[in-house]
Amino acid sequence: MITIHHYLILSALLFTLGLLGVVIRKNLLIVLMSLEVLMNAINLLLIAVSRYLGRMDGHVVAFFIMTVAAAEAGIGLAIVVTLFRNRRTIKTTDWRIMGG
Amino acid sequence: MSEIFLFYLFGGLSVLMTLLMIFQTNPVASAIYLVGAFFGLAALYVLLSAPFVAVLQVLVYAGAIMVLFTFVIMLLNIRKEELVYDRVTWRKTAVVLTALFFAGFLIWHFLKIPVVPFAPVEEGFGEVHKVGRLMFSKYLIPFELTSVLLLVAIIGALVLGKKE
Repeated sequence: MITIHHYLILSALLFTLGLLGVVIRKNLLIVLMSLEVLMNAINLLLIAVSRYLGRMDGHVVAFFIMTVAAAEAGIGLAIVVTLFRNRRTIKTTDWRIMGG
Repeated sequence: MSEIFLFYLFGGLSVLMTLLMIFQTNPVASAIYLVGAFFGLAALYVLLSAPFVAVLQVLVYAGAIMVLFTFVIMLLNIRKEELVYDRVTWRKTAVVLTALFFAGFLIWHFLKIPVVPFAPVEEGFGEVHKVGRLMFSKYLIPFELTSVLLLVAIIGALVLGKKE
């Protein structure tokens, strides 16, 4: 029998994998893709909980998260293109203009 | 039970595809694996009786966002010798251990939720009609604000992408 725990654990696993991708990868494009995985883990959590509670509010919030993800991907990729035009690299360790 | 089989099939597919995506040098291959992970998640949404969100997942994520990603990858045209810099170091091992600890922490908290089997859903749960009605009544103002967000994103992308 599938309970909410299956979905919650799957969501936690996906969130951890996304976090791992954000932290260990130096390719900025793959960091952005891992951010998408993070948002998808949250979406899965929202859908599972709305199924659990029998209410559809989670579906609407998942829709809003998808909108935010689309906006984030657009802006993020625009930033990547601009930085690549100036420095000719997409390695995150090459961009330390803010001393991070 | 076919539901259990489908859950493990598609859940395993998304986790496997995400893992492959993270440990891939070539960004084009990463993007393709990520599309696979999104398809697995869309199937899980159908299992959770959320067909509207499943369709949006395929359209918006696997369609629009991943096309944008592959387009930018092709546009940048990174040389192959630039891509081999993600080696395994002690710092990365520490990060993996911390991530495992984090996952265990999350799962430990999730397991405190009481185990209740999913109740049967009402007629039309998660379909366009009902979700749309909710979206345009209770969530009308946030819904309108998302259009402003998208407008801001378009203007921002244009300003950033413009040459000096």
